[in-house]
Amino acid sequence: MSVAAHQDGAARPAERARALSIDLPSLAVLALLILLPAFTNRFVLTEVFGLTFAFGIIALSLQFLAGYGGMVNLAQITVAGIAGYMVAVLGPNTMGFGLAWPWWAAIPIALLLAVAASALIGLLAIRTDGIYTIMITLAICAAFSYFTFQNYEIFNGYNGVNGVTPPRFFGVDWTEPTAFYYLLLAFAALSYIAALYVSRSTFGLALQGIRDSARRMEAIGFNVPAHRVAAYVFTGAIAAVGGILLTWHNGRISPGTIGVGAAIDILIMAVIGGIRHPIGPFIGALIFVCLSTFAMDIVEVVIPRERFKLVVGLGFLLVVLFSPDGVMGIVDKIRQSVRRNSSA
Amino acid sequence: MHFTRSYVLPAIAVAAAMLAPPALAQEKTLKVGGLATLEGVFAKNGEDSMRGIDVALKEYKNTAGGYKIELIKASSDAKPETAIRAARKLIEQDGVKILIGPLSGSEGLAMKDFAKTKPEITFINGTSAAQDTTLRDPAPNFFRFWTDGAQWSWGLGEYVVKVKGWKKIAAIAEDYSFPYTLMLGFALDYCGHGGKIVSRSWVPLGTKDYASYIAALPTDVDAIYVALGGGDAIAFLNQYQQAGGKAKLIAGAITVDQSILTSKGKAREALLGTPAAQPIADNDDSPAWKTFAKAYQDAFPPDQRFPTPSLFATGYYIATKAMLEGLNAVKGDLSNNHAAYRQALSKLKLQGPTGEITLDENRQAIAPNYITEVVEGPGGSMINRVIKKTPPISQTLGMDRAKFLAFGPVGRDNPKCN
Amino acid sequence: MRLFLLTLLNGITLGALYFVVASGFTLIFGLMRNVNLAHGSLYLLGGYLGYGAIALTDSWVVGLVFAFLVVALVGMALQVLIFRRMQGQDLRQTLVTIALSIVLADLMLWIWGGGYYQVQTPEWLYGAVTLPIMVGATASGEPVYLQYPMLRLFILAFAIVVGLLLWPMLNRTRIGTMIRAGVDDGDMLSATGVNIQLVFVLVFALGAGLAGVGGVIGGTFQAIAPGEDVKTLLASLVVVIVGGMGSIVGTALGAVLIGLAEQIGSVYLPTYAVILTFLIMVVVLAFRPQGIMGGRQ
Repeated sequence: MSVAAHQDGAARPAERARALSIDLPSLAVLALLILLPAFTNRFVLTEVFGLTFAFGIIALSLQFLAGYGGMVNLAQITVAGIAGYMVAVLGPNTMGFGLAWPWWAAIPIALLLAVAASALIGLLAIRTDGIYTIMITLAICAAFSYFTFQNYEIFNGYNGVNGVTPPRFFGVDWTEPTAFYYLLLAFAALSYIAALYVSRSTFGLALQGIRDSARRMEAIGFNVPAHRVAAYVFTGAIAAVGGILLTWHNGRISPGTIGVGAAIDILIMAVIGGIRHPIGPFIGALIFVCLSTFAMDIVEVVIPRERFKLVVGLGFLLVVLFSPDGVMGIVDKIRQSVRRNSSA
Repeated sequence: MHFTRSYVLPAIAVAAAMLAPPALAQEKTLKVGGLATLEGVFAKNGEDSMRGIDVALKEYKNTAGGYKIELIKASSDAKPETAIRAARKLIEQDGVKILIGPLSGSEGLAMKDFAKTKPEITFINGTSAAQDTTLRDPAPNFFRFWTDGAQWSWGLGEYVVKVKGWKKIAAIAEDYSFPYTLMLGFALDYCGHGGKIVSRSWVPLGTKDYASYIAALPTDVDAIYVALGGGDAIAFLNQYQQAGGKAKLIAGAITVDQSILTSKGKAREALLGTPAAQPIADNDDSPAWKTFAKAYQDAFPPDQRFPTPSLFATGYYIATKAMLEGLNAVKGDLSNNHAAYRQALSKLKLQGPTGEITLDENRQAIAPNYITEVVEGPGGSMINRVIKKTPPISQTLGMDRAKFLAFGPVGRDNPKCN
Repeated sequence: MRLFLLTLLNGITLGALYFVVASGFTLIFGLMRNVNLAHGSLYLLGGYLGYGAIALTDSWVVGLVFAFLVVALVGMALQVLIFRRMQGQDLRQTLVTIALSIVLADLMLWIWGGGYYQVQTPEWLYGAVTLPIMVGATASGEPVYLQYPMLRLFILAFAIVVGLLLWPMLNRTRIGTMIRAGVDDGDMLSATGVNIQLVFVLVFALGAGLAGVGGVIGGTFQAIAPGEDVKTLLASLVVVIVGGMGSIVGTALGAVLIGLAEQIGSVYLPTYAVILTFLIMVVVLAFRPQGIMGGRQ
């Protein structure tokens, strides 16, 4: 896939700084998100925004690899799932299943295992490109979720693992809704900034160069496979963080969380929001979560409530057919036409 | 530099959230939540569950304990995470005080854990029938007036050994926890009466091609116990017939449910004459069942329901009836985190469509079970004819609790008896 | 011995079904570079439609033909309405067909419900046939021969016929050359006067039709239900990845390999039988990413 000419080509230092600088609109949104608990109820806070952040982080890992690396990896949910499962199984849970190691041992090891898995997937996936990468990562995702379903010794099979909650650290009970919301917000912001920063760095630019023409980059002397695998490692880390947060949010993990359906949901979120910029996956996640939470109530008037999947599918279809850059693409076009009209 | 585009949507969402009305506490209305799988493949079962609730509410004219009952429905897609999310919406957004549901086993396990985080809400199980939902580590505010998978098998083993004389069998079942539970109940009974299960084939869920499983089934057995559900059962029966299989069959509850007996095609004919055990029987001629079936039939036009109530309608009906009876018993006293109400529920002697239901110390139902045989019914249909109805059986299957728990959680080899 | 022979035959006949479906996929992608992730949905649609046709006419063959024709038409519509506008945009085609498969899956759930449809095996294919392979002897010394379901043998024969028709068509006739040329350089080809768009539509229709027929066959010896679309798509993906995209021989090899792996796995390693097939895919990818018979990607 080759994305049309990128607006943000080679970033000069000034632009790089601006990318991370705190301009007024960004501050406004951040402030809004920070103050959110003051004027929403617990349900909206955790089930809408909290879930958006968790899914958004995982979708971000897909967006980064696809948008900047040109590699669509449907096994990001698998990496997220490995991290989530390892935290559930290595650390404490309410089922007495697994090893019940303390959190400061379980979490780092879970992250490490997930990132290692992402590297392995990367090593395998980079032997293919384009649509083959999608097919192979989809198959890997299916295989892993199937494995967790069948295996009882490590993954507790069909039932999954219950009662996985964030531990107490820094003296705070992170299971409390507002605290957990801030935890999610913090990691969402961190991964967003990290994605943005890396995309502007030498590595990120090289990656985009490889996306646009691997042969050219190779001729210049870049180690293309190494860059690609490194991209898998970086996004794997993001997905792993998202996976642990999602597991904590749900309080559990089971094969259904990481199956092919979930992988497609993540893809939908990244694409609907806009695959070209890290804010896209969060927008996509918000739309998806709102739809799935409230669609039942709104849709009832027009279409029977069970047809929620149809609504999502049609929406996704329309977006891909007419605005491949997702919501961001639409907003971009509006901005451009506004600019054009105002300068006319 | 790109944030300008991103705050529009969150802002709209926030505004919408602020406009969502808080649950207004109207005088003397009680909000009750009904949770079933209304999405996806199990939608039909979920719909029947809701019909069960409606029949119960209609019977009590929507009032109990001095309250007017307001039912709020929510849907899951059989995944535990979705069920918990739906439960959260009912409790935190819609303000229900009592929650009836969920429908499936793994949702029930997750719901039990969730219930422990919501001590102010009373949970009454719908039809989820996993054993550990109440057997191990139960939640004090989670009540199940419905039997679990092991109880569903009770009585069949004895019948097969003593009446049919089949003392040596093979078993084939789906490889996940519910069939393990059915098998546990069946095997404890069957082997306890001297039967032997010489081989067990566990087929991964969703297997389409049974050819090799069928080939590997031993041929020198008296019968084959089959606990496969839905499409797996149909595929198996079809392929079994065509491979020349002629053994007698014994069925787990999921293999003779309505979706299979009414399936289109010849596969179901392999089930004629098959004994089975299940928690309800469509042609039970007891007055209690007949009254309930008639109420169900009268409440909905024929094209919007099944011919007779499914086990989903029955389970949810029983749960709702228990909820209402409990409210009446304490005259609506829900004070003190429902303390008196829960006491009343624990002591309830519920007269349900299948007989009398009481609860044990883990708030799990003690109820009768049916032994049935598949026969041809009117108009080329197939039905489960009742052979006998067992007396109420407890979750520990009549055993001492410690002895029963010592068998361990359900699994592929539990219990060994060959 | 009996078990081993049965497992072998089971694997090959299952592979035959996979071949019929996956050949459609490899035609569409391997030849025309059209990514159709709604291939599984076409399979499912064919199954439902075939079931309906058989219920009306009591003829299995009519069901097969009906499913083939209608799904081929759907395929044509897809080609003209969607793929023609997105030639070369792999990712966009992927996303569009994923979206389509979600929409189709829910529509089919709406129309046909969540129940299981079992296509009736026709009388002339029903039951087991005795093969001239001895697998043992009775107590009195009489030879015991192998019994095998006729339906499965028919599926094997059907698949062989399909393969024998497809392979020369693609590799030995002008049509095949035209198609391959058309994908590589469409402008040159139209300059020679060939209506390349028509050829594309017909090939797509053929590929889709094969998926539809596969659905009826699958519905006969297994069952048709929601979820079969995803399973079929995954199976097709694994088969063509292992066998090599665009090669009929490769698809056949891949299909048989995967079919055998599944059946042998289900006897000796039932818990993880399906993982075995994915493992084979990973091994092939690691050592020969283009598949066993695959050419340059």
